[in-house]
Amino acid sequence: MEEDKTYTISVYTENNIGLLNRLSAIFLKRHINIESMTVSKSEIEDVHRFTFVVNISEIQARKIIGQIEKQIEVIRAFYHTDEETIYQESALFKISTEHLYDEVIQRKLKFRRANIVSITEDFFVIETSGTKDHVDKLHDRLKPFGLLQFVRSGRLAITRPKMAISEVLQEIN
Amino acid sequence: METETKVASKEKRANALHISGAEAVIKCLLEEGVDLLYGYPGGAIMPIYDELYKYQDQLQHVLTRHEQGATHSAQGFARVTGKVGVAMATSGPGATNLVTGIADAQIDSTPMVCITGQVGKHLLGSDAFQETDIIGISTPVTKWNYQITKASEIPEVMAKAFYIARSGRPGPVLVDITKNAQFEMLDFEYKKCTHVRSYTPVPKVNKSQLKAAAEYINWAKKPMIVFGQGVILGKAEQEFKDFIEKTGIPSAWTILGLSALPTDHPLNVGMVGMHGNYGPNKLTNECDVLIAIGMRFDDRVTGNLDSYAKQAKIIHFEIDPAEIDKNVKTDVAVLGDVKETLAEIFPMVNSSSHSDWYNEFKAYDKIEYDKVIKNDLHPVKDGLTMGEVLKEINNASKGDAVIVSDVGQHQMIACRYAKFNHSKSSVTSGGLGTMGFALPAAIGAKMGVPEREVVAIIGDGGYQMTIQELGTIFQTKVPVKIVVLNNDFLGMVRQWQQLFFDKRYASTELVNPDFVTIAKGYHIKGQKVTKREDLESAVQEMMVSKDAYFLEVSVEKEDNVFPMIPSGASVSDIRLS
Repeated sequence: MEEDKTYTISVYTENNIGLLNRLSAIFLKRHINIESMTVSKSEIEDVHRFTFVVNISEIQARKIIGQIEKQIEVIRAFYHTDEETIYQESALFKISTEHLYDEVIQRKLKFRRANIVSITEDFFVIETSGTKDHVDKLHDRLKPFGLLQFVRSGRLAITRPKMAISEVLQEIN
Repeated sequence: METETKVASKEKRANALHISGAEAVIKCLLEEGVDLLYGYPGGAIMPIYDELYKYQDQLQHVLTRHEQGATHSAQGFARVTGKVGVAMATSGPGATNLVTGIADAQIDSTPMVCITGQVGKHLLGSDAFQETDIIGISTPVTKWNYQITKASEIPEVMAKAFYIARSGRPGPVLVDITKNAQFEMLDFEYKKCTHVRSYTPVPKVNKSQLKAAAEYINWAKKPMIVFGQGVILGKAEQEFKDFIEKTGIPSAWTILGLSALPTDHPLNVGMVGMHGNYGPNKLTNECDVLIAIGMRFDDRVTGNLDSYAKQAKIIHFEIDPAEIDKNVKTDVAVLGDVKETLAEIFPMVNSSSHSDWYNEFKAYDKIEYDKVIKNDLHPVKDGLTMGEVLKEINNASKGDAVIVSDVGQHQMIACRYAKFNHSKSSVTSGGLGTMGFALPAAIGAKMGVPEREVVAIIGDGGYQMTIQELGTIFQTKVPVKIVVLNNDFLGMVRQWQQLFFDKRYASTELVNPDFVTIAKGYHIKGQKVTKREDLESAVQEMMVSKDAYFLEVSVEKEDNVFPMIPSGASVSDIRLS
């Protein structure tokens, strides 16, 4: 059996209601857990991009891409390893204002690529972005201060290899 | 001052019909050449039914007795005609009752458009009466689906639905229409859909793939073809026949490929798979090149993949790129419509006969005949066999009938022994294995090709899953011939219990009603045969009947279907007993 790896699956689609359901059903049918997911506009007008992160074998990844591309409103799908991808996640931490001047927090803000994006009388919000590992580490450090809220995004990924969607669109139009 | 375009668009609007969404749905169906559909009315689809009433001279609606019956009828119609089958239902339970048929059409690549009514847009998400999320429910089992909430969307979405259902690898499409959209008015104009930006129905043919395939085919000493429904769906029967006759390659079929090549064709070497023929299964593991044409290497075809045709070079002619390497790793994938790819490869392949290799198939046929077929078709024991019923039907039909089979032992027997002279003549639920498929599918098939004889072969279990469709037969007077092969068991499950569960017959024995009396209740003529000497005349009587006819045959209770590849075993471990 081939080993499981982390793959970033990028899917370029039309922007239609229900497509998320259709795509997630493909993973569900094969009992594959989606580690994270992001949906946004893409570099092309009217084309949306789904970014899924999954731990699967390459054979599975290839078959999943086939099933995804088979969906009517999918323009093209790709899979990439972490080595082929430049990726970031974003996270927000809401912390009580009483800890604002804590030395640890101040140090983290300095060295961990984290910023305060909002301060109120009761709480302040720290924003960071980086690898999953980076976000995990900051989370572990800030947790002792009592996180009033914590939220992180799915993976935002840019691939090193080209994903020639504009060309594909030109070809099929 | 009005610009020219403004004037033009005003004129266009003036030419457009100002009609309701409901009427627009009917107009769309007519534009798509639909003159027959199956369905069941209810609250959320009443506006469309009201229009159906007005258009009944152009569009025949068949009221089935259950929405599942509507889908299977539409499937049966689609399978024999090659056209898109249409089924219609209301929201909620009407829509959910379609799901089995939709899933069946999806896995067997049957073109079908299902139209469901939905509660009004303002009620969506409010758990209104008969509201259900049919888009969510049907998503994994449709090729495409869409919810219309505005009347103005109807023409374009309906055109897209038919285009998607029929193009490329066909499949089911569901269009859900909210009630307000049915009532709303729109300016109706219809344009057939010929292109969807993100959808490539047929991949471009790649010359180098064709060349590589031709090289293997010309190199092969022991080539074998396994063909599936792709040949039928691609209307490539002639191209396929030309190809095999030139190359002389023994050709075996999957259950859905049945009837694409006449049974009597010398190169037709039978069925592959779990209950297929001995030769093609055995020789799958001895051929040097395996050419798969319009088939998808279902597990019931391949048995254990780790020991499936490992010695062979695999060539896969296929329209759906997702099928390539899905189950069996190919050496050459020839993507495209088989009608095109087979025609293009024809001049590239050498004429050949492979007679020694062909004789290996014939040698296995002899073994299978002595060990299995002889006893099935010419039994010496008292009890009737399913096989001899098929033999009588063949004698009467001469191979010209459409045979619709349900799911189970009788299905395997029907597919093994029924004779076919024409394509699109075997209708069965292959991928999903839907018991209850045959009776409603036979209704659709008969309406699709009224000039042909349509015989449904059904087990006593599956028959009772959709037996209510006798009502549809009675009401429409559609002259289908119904044969129930009754062994008072869920025979295939019982066979597995006997072979693999030490004969513990858990919930497989059926206490059955008097089926002839039930048929009589629907004014369908019929009889029950329990003795061999009555069989031939009963089948004859059924076949010459101008009306629907019901024939029950009591067959041996505990007969098994052989050959058989036990689940998880290799194709070459096929058993004859």
